[in-house]
Amino acid sequence: MSLAPPSDRLTADASRRRRSRRVSGRPAGRAFARSPIGYLFVSPYALLTIAFGIFPSLYAVLLAFTTADGGFAGFDNFTKVVGDFRFWPAVFHVTTYLLIWLLALVVFVVGLALVVHAVSLRWVSTTLRFIYYLPGALAGASSVLLWLFVLDPTASPVSGLLSAMGFDSFVQVIQPGHLPAIFAIIAFWTGAGGWIIIMYGALNNISPEVIEAARIDGANAVQIALRIQLPMLRKWVAYMGVMSLAAGTQLFVEPQLLSQASNAVVPNDYSLNQLAYQYAFQQNDFNGAAAISLILLVVALLLSWVFVARGGLFEKE
Amino acid sequence: MVGTHTVVRSRRKAPAVAVLCAATALLTLAGCGGEGSSANGSYGFPEAKQEASSTITVWVDADRQAAAKAFQAKNPDTKVKVVTYDGSANGSNSFRTKMQLFDRAGSGWPDVVFSSQNNDAAWASQKSGGKQAFAAVLDKGLVQKDTLSNFTEGSLKPCTVNGRVYCLRNDLAQAVLWYDKSLLEQFGYALPTTWEEYQALGEKVAKEHPGYIIGTAGDAWTPEVFMWASKCQANDVPGPKSLTVKTDSTECKRAASLLDALRQNGTVPVVSVFTPEFLKKYSGKVLMMPGPAWYAGAIFNNPQSLNVSAGRLGVAAPLPWKGEGEAVTGNVGGGTWFISSHSKNLKAAETFVRFVTTADEYQVDVAPGYPAYGPAAQKWIAKQEASKYYATPLQPVVTAASRIWDGWGYPTFSQEAIWAKTMTPGITGGKSIVDLLPTWQKAIENQAEVNGYRVK
Repeated sequence: MSLAPPSDRLTADASRRRRSRRVSGRPAGRAFARSPIGYLFVSPYALLTIAFGIFPSLYAVLLAFTTADGGFAGFDNFTKVVGDFRFWPAVFHVTTYLLIWLLALVVFVVGLALVVHAVSLRWVSTTLRFIYYLPGALAGASSVLLWLFVLDPTASPVSGLLSAMGFDSFVQVIQPGHLPAIFAIIAFWTGAGGWIIIMYGALNNISPEVIEAARIDGANAVQIALRIQLPMLRKWVAYMGVMSLAAGTQLFVEPQLLSQASNAVVPNDYSLNQLAYQYAFQQNDFNGAAAISLILLVVALLLSWVFVARGGLFEKE
Repeated sequence: MVGTHTVVRSRRKAPAVAVLCAATALLTLAGCGGEGSSANGSYGFPEAKQEASSTITVWVDADRQAAAKAFQAKNPDTKVKVVTYDGSANGSNSFRTKMQLFDRAGSGWPDVVFSSQNNDAAWASQKSGGKQAFAAVLDKGLVQKDTLSNFTEGSLKPCTVNGRVYCLRNDLAQAVLWYDKSLLEQFGYALPTTWEEYQALGEKVAKEHPGYIIGTAGDAWTPEVFMWASKCQANDVPGPKSLTVKTDSTECKRAASLLDALRQNGTVPVVSVFTPEFLKKYSGKVLMMPGPAWYAGAIFNNPQSLNVSAGRLGVAAPLPWKGEGEAVTGNVGGGTWFISSHSKNLKAAETFVRFVTTADEYQVDVAPGYPAYGPAAQKWIAKQEASKYYATPLQPVVTAASRIWDGWGYPTFSQEAIWAKTMTPGITGGKSIVDLLPTWQKAIENQAEVNGYRVK
């Protein structure tokens, strides 16, 4: 079997390439002349991606299929971690959190973006966007630290609300059943503002003529939102879904800090990432940790593919 | 045959090892160099080539910076680089995490490490992924026998694995019964002499002085104060990789029902002593509290906490259960000092560790906790009594130091973390501790098994 393509295929490919160049309207000579600077711009990203994305992933693949002393382990590491009594609870925790968070993101981010976009007074719209964006300024761990105070009835600025909900102590607030919702609220609070701004920008990109035509046809604001704006936001919602899914499956900082702050009442193996961390640094089992990471990667890629396919993220207009 | 087998195996592993080295080198996370130690040393472990004038790197937590300062003042000729880290506090596990990364890198280990976790010797004494154990054996000549024998009886148990000592204790955290002598006299109550009397007192206090408490059960060390003192065999470590768990015993049940009864009547609330809620509700209302020796400074004589004034705080020896002879007690922490087996200056490292655990300049003059080193402990107690803060002699603290029940061991995983995540939410949610005992048993067994223990 020859690996070289047949000559007629080569010819066909060449003619296809020529056609595509003509369609794009870019002379081949110019594209070639511009390419070196393009490569230069892309190269730092590419190098860093290879060094800190692709290479560690390959290293994880190697670890996941080997034993501690370097021998081939087959799927032993995977069966070991899947059989661990902490694995399925962690899967359940992360899944519940993701469902709550992604649903909240899609509903509230799109809803709020539509509301902000519909506000005709410019200063009101600007102020609202600024307010939405503000919590996002507190990144990662610092936002969780802030929430540690918010969730403690004895120190919280909303202690009245917590008491009204029947919570008198921090431990009551962070009961295991409440954690997915708590983590979803923290993540929403820190991340939703940025997405609202992005959705607002996407709404601005919808041609005013289309909206105007709908209005002339008798559509009211709700109908315009549901029939025109929402379908046209589909790609952006899918993009938000993919990005948030990737971040959500890696749930780590929130439970880890809450675990430390609660003196381990919130377990340090609550999420899959934490479990991988426990494998690596509590049990000195880097192979098991790599197996969990790989499972996470495959699941996240599969789910992302669903978002990409359903959201038409890569479809051309 | 053995030789042939070894050669074949190592050849097969070579590509994988090469890839691992290349990966780590490229990512600059670590090198794949050797450890630099070759020959077996005279102290019972392979030693690195010694450099007598080299600087020793010492890892301490914020509180132990004072120990390093005291050493530098007394030993100006020894070059010490002090690095502050979290001391592995609150189960952060940072000590083990960092050492495992150094193990993979093949370099970078500090010479001396302080840890606030008592169970570190369980892993630090063991080879890790085929690499040399981090902790140096101390009782094979590195530390003099005289020094070791002067530590309080039983105090080096957390440091002892398979009969060898791998660390020195900084301080002890034996549980005693702290009480407010003034309040007790004001209410006309006698000091309980058994746990049964303690429970009866709680029932009396609930009726006659509601709002006052006689202990707490909201911290992760609740089992170490109550279950350990009741000889509940939830954490017996007969060997380096075996664990005995029996939470259905009478000893476990009696402590659990005592806590259930007192929790229900409000005299032993499920509130952590380090929460604002505790201070808000119970400042001035703590009649008594079984707890570690360090409660005195951290809770009672602390303006940021209960701030009990001088002349009120009394201390009683651990309580026995009715019909049993000598009382036993639990242990809640107490730091440990390790010397790295990779150290290039073992002599200086040993001098440092010996100083911080035994010298008066630190243990008596500066250290806040009860020293593990016997002679220093006596002087420390005398100094505390001279402060006139306590309402009673501190002899019960000394008595308790050698009464820590040895049926509760130190595995690589944290019993406190298991209690916190398994029991605390249930107890806070109103479930009975007696009913939760099987859940606790299962949780310990599960945790032990994933950590490679054989559970009996």
